[in-house]
Amino acid sequence: MTVMPAEGLFSLMWLLIALPLAGAAILLFTGRRSNAWGPYLGVLTVSASAVLGVLLLIEMMGLPTEDRTITQVAYQWVFIGNFSVDLAFQLDQLSMVFILLITIVGSLIHIYSLGYMAHDPDKRKFFGYLNLFVAAMLLLVMANNYLLLYVGWEGVGVASYLLIGFWQQKRSAAAAAKKAFIINRVGDVGLSLAIMLMFVTFGSVTFSDVFGSATQASEGTLTAIGLLLLLAAAGKSAQFPLQAWLLDAMEGPTPVSALIHAATMVTAGVYLIARSNVIYNNAEIAAMAVIIVALITIFMGAIIGSAKDDIKKALAGSTMSQIGYMMLAVGLGPIGYVFAIFHLLTHGVFKAGLFLGAGSVMHGMNDNVNMRRYGALRSVMVITFITFMAGYLAIIGIPPFSGFWSKDEIIHAAFERGWFIGGAAVLAAGITGFYMTRMVAMTFFGKKRWETDAHPHESPAVMTIPLIILGLGSTFLGMALLFWGDIEAWLEPVVGYESEPTPLPTSAYIGITLAFVIVGSIIGWITYARREVPIEAPHGNWLTRAARKDLYGDAVNHALVVAPTNYAARALVFFDARIVDGFVNGSAAIVGGLSGRMRRTQSGFIRSYALSMVGGAVLVLLALVLVRI
Amino acid sequence: MDPIYYIYLATLLFSIGAIGVLVRRNAIIVFMSVELMLNAANLVFVAFARMNGNLDGQTVAFFVMVVAAAEVVVGLAIIVQVFRTRQSASIDEPNLLKY
Repeated sequence: MTVMPAEGLFSLMWLLIALPLAGAAILLFTGRRSNAWGPYLGVLTVSASAVLGVLLLIEMMGLPTEDRTITQVAYQWVFIGNFSVDLAFQLDQLSMVFILLITIVGSLIHIYSLGYMAHDPDKRKFFGYLNLFVAAMLLLVMANNYLLLYVGWEGVGVASYLLIGFWQQKRSAAAAAKKAFIINRVGDVGLSLAIMLMFVTFGSVTFSDVFGSATQASEGTLTAIGLLLLLAAAGKSAQFPLQAWLLDAMEGPTPVSALIHAATMVTAGVYLIARSNVIYNNAEIAAMAVIIVALITIFMGAIIGSAKDDIKKALAGSTMSQIGYMMLAVGLGPIGYVFAIFHLLTHGVFKAGLFLGAGSVMHGMNDNVNMRRYGALRSVMVITFITFMAGYLAIIGIPPFSGFWSKDEIIHAAFERGWFIGGAAVLAAGITGFYMTRMVAMTFFGKKRWETDAHPHESPAVMTIPLIILGLGSTFLGMALLFWGDIEAWLEPVVGYESEPTPLPTSAYIGITLAFVIVGSIIGWITYARREVPIEAPHGNWLTRAARKDLYGDAVNHALVVAPTNYAARALVFFDARIVDGFVNGSAAIVGGLSGRMRRTQSGFIRSYALSMVGGAVLVLLALVLVRI
Repeated sequence: MDPIYYIYLATLLFSIGAIGVLVRRNAIIVFMSVELMLNAANLVFVAFARMNGNLDGQTVAFFVMVVAAAEVVVGLAIIVQVFRTRQSASIDEPNLLKY
């Protein structure tokens, strides 16, 4: 694979990032006066990036496969001795699909936000942050070295923080933003340590240098790098054990949940591992750790999604679970990388559609998120209902909807590795069927359980058109990528692809998976559509109660991290107040007390002063005499 | 005459002066005792100058006299002022400047 310099249309690739960045700068620096036109500028910059992305894709498809990695050096960033890092972009097949996902889904969500945020007094700020996010995310996927990737990584973290806490007057939103930021810091420590380790081992942090000499490094080093990158990915992608922030992140406006916490940013961890595939291919333990983390998260997300009554939190649980599938696929190695990215793309589209659909429902229901107060909305919100159903069929994996193709490939790849991993993936697919059916049944079917002042209505066209486009994407994207786009051959030069034989024919796995999904869906249908849904949540069994509390994720974090930190802080305060202050104050008190006694010698009685002078002189004399003797 | 006797004399004068300062209450007498101590020191300077055969000690003695004259002026002025305000020359009574 040769690295080509950027020529022709490719020399414009920096504009992909620069446009939304400029939009963010204008919107955030002009302040309130851009409220009227700012949102349109935000939409315009991202759409322009999307158009440029499509043009670059067409240009890239015209190139021979081995020339599709193109770099552009914008600026020599760090230059110390023989270590240099450039502000350089790398456009290849992997970053290309990410650019398209980010800019196109990003544009649709920007357009949707025009309607969703129409009455917000700070909407220009919202669009400014969204533009900032798009720019940072594009930087993340276009960087040609880990240090620049880290800049984008932090940039999306900041944008995520700002957008989760967009309604910061709500205490819960401000707390959720801080929680997301702090938990992400834990993961970022992993990424920064991994970068340092790469620099020490390879003397460079560019992708080409690191991957070129990866096989020369010891397996222990590669395992360490792999585990540190996994920590980073777990933080950003809300994987176990750093998953707790994602559910609270739903405090942000719904378009944010759709763009950042479903379609793009949370998949950055998958990108990181897929991009670092050379490291994981040579570090079996690290790859195994990825699989274990992924399997735990798949089930955690699915169980949480099955119990939440808040529609956005149920979707967030589902996002965790689906990203778990992608992580599982990247953990499987070359048999899975391609399908991880494939599922990432289809998931990015259908989950964005589902979130925007949920936002549309909330928009009509006075921002109520409790699914127990929904019901029978299919007749009043027809477009939302139909597009949501497209997303629903896609996520549970019913053919020919897009999720079927990608998830089925992952499950198949899991069976190539072993029946246990494959079986777990199939079981989780069944749970997916259950919780998504539950969500659809509670929202759109059954009887009306609306609040008395709720007057549900279909959202304006500016919101339904993105929904329709994403609904179409949920339906056709999988087929388009697989049959027309030939995603395996497209990504193979970057992430590698190989297939291993499985004991059963492919159709058998499809059949098993579909059987599980249908059984799960039927259970969900019987429980939540055929029976009455109580408005007050029933007590539930122990698993439901645990899942409502995020499987005690917060409690565990509290017990393992927050409480010990508090105790340590209290101990340090005690040490500071009693020992350090005690020493300082004590010595001052001693000096003060002694002074209080010694000043009594200042009696104002002149002859006693004279006596002490004489005494002093006599002492000096005696000392002199004694020394002489 | 052996110059050591001057040293004895000076020690005697200094001791008388020092005891005078310590035991007397009248400011004028205390002041005189201080002068006595200064002159005892002068006598030692002159005696040592004589013993060592150079003039440094004698020069210092003149300096001491000049300083003593200046000190007498200031000291007597203070004593007169104190006497005027308190109608007393006792040095034990003005004891306001204390802890």
